[in-house]
Amino acid sequence: MTTIAMHIPDGFLDIPVSLLTYVISAAILALAVVKSRRDLDDKTAPLAGLTAVFVFAAQMINFPVGAGTSGHLIGGALAAILVGPWVGMLVISVVLVVQALLFADGGLTALGANVLNMAVVATVVGWLVFRLGVRFVKGRGGAAIVAGVAGFLSVPASAMAFVIEYAIGGTAPVSLTAVAAAMGGVHLLIGIGEGVITGLVVATVLASRPDIVFGVRGTGLAKPVVRPEAVAV
Amino acid sequence: MKRILIIGGLVAVVLAALVSFYASSHPDGLERVAGDYGILDTAQDSATSTSPLADYSVSGVANDRLSGGAAGLLGVVVTAGAAFGLFYAVRRRS
Repeated sequence: MTTIAMHIPDGFLDIPVSLLTYVISAAILALAVVKSRRDLDDKTAPLAGLTAVFVFAAQMINFPVGAGTSGHLIGGALAAILVGPWVGMLVISVVLVVQALLFADGGLTALGANVLNMAVVATVVGWLVFRLGVRFVKGRGGAAIVAGVAGFLSVPASAMAFVIEYAIGGTAPVSLTAVAAAMGGVHLLIGIGEGVITGLVVATVLASRPDIVFGVRGTGLAKPVVRPEAVAV
Repeated sequence: MKRILIIGGLVAVVLAALVSFYASSHPDGLERVAGDYGILDTAQDSATSTSPLADYSVSGVANDRLSGGAAGLLGVVVTAGAAFGLFYAVRRRS
């Protein structure tokens, strides 16, 4: 049997930190639901649904990152760029809830922390990096590269969020600097995969429907591609 | 939009149902570090570990390819139901 994606399981974090991350994540997601109303309409709601489905599927594909280790997409940066940071948080949260409830991937008491690290931190960092960087590039290719950089940086950011949680409420006595270095190192490698996938998917959507990509709104890239078959859909 | 939904949906189904079988079976970054530093021993089974779909396999289906593929396909369907349901419910009505 193949080992698959592992989010934080139950037992890694103590009860106080588990509760704290639940409260923080719940508050942020509640805000995200309110904010998402503005960003979701008949055109963007299906794209958000599709993004969740794609992220769920892509997270099943662990890719090797050298010496006996693998990584998988988080998808926070991708979701933020495609549907915006607030809706993006909800996209990744839906995936994490389905994984925890149905597939026992990620613990139930750890769900708050998993949501905080992957649905909130990765999404926000990915979004900020993309919006900051996209001003300095021209064209779809440039935007796709910035998307890749956003995806790349979102992964070590997410890993560091775990390290902070572990520093506060980890259940095993470990050297935090060693764990931080190891987590940072391996997630920089995994971030390369995240960046490649994020860049490729954003490039693909930009090539066919740049007008629906939330992250390029207000830039010259957002104009619809003038092509009969694309206009017809 | 319809075209993106169809193509994107097909890509997701192929990834979850077929390509997932060829995914790396090595521990992921977190599991690897947790194993190296003695954190992994503190992991406890999730309350959902007895789910018939736990660990992305359908319990009772012996064939790994079939079991994992069906679990992936079911995951895509459930994720789609939850996500499309949520986002259509929250959206602005025009």
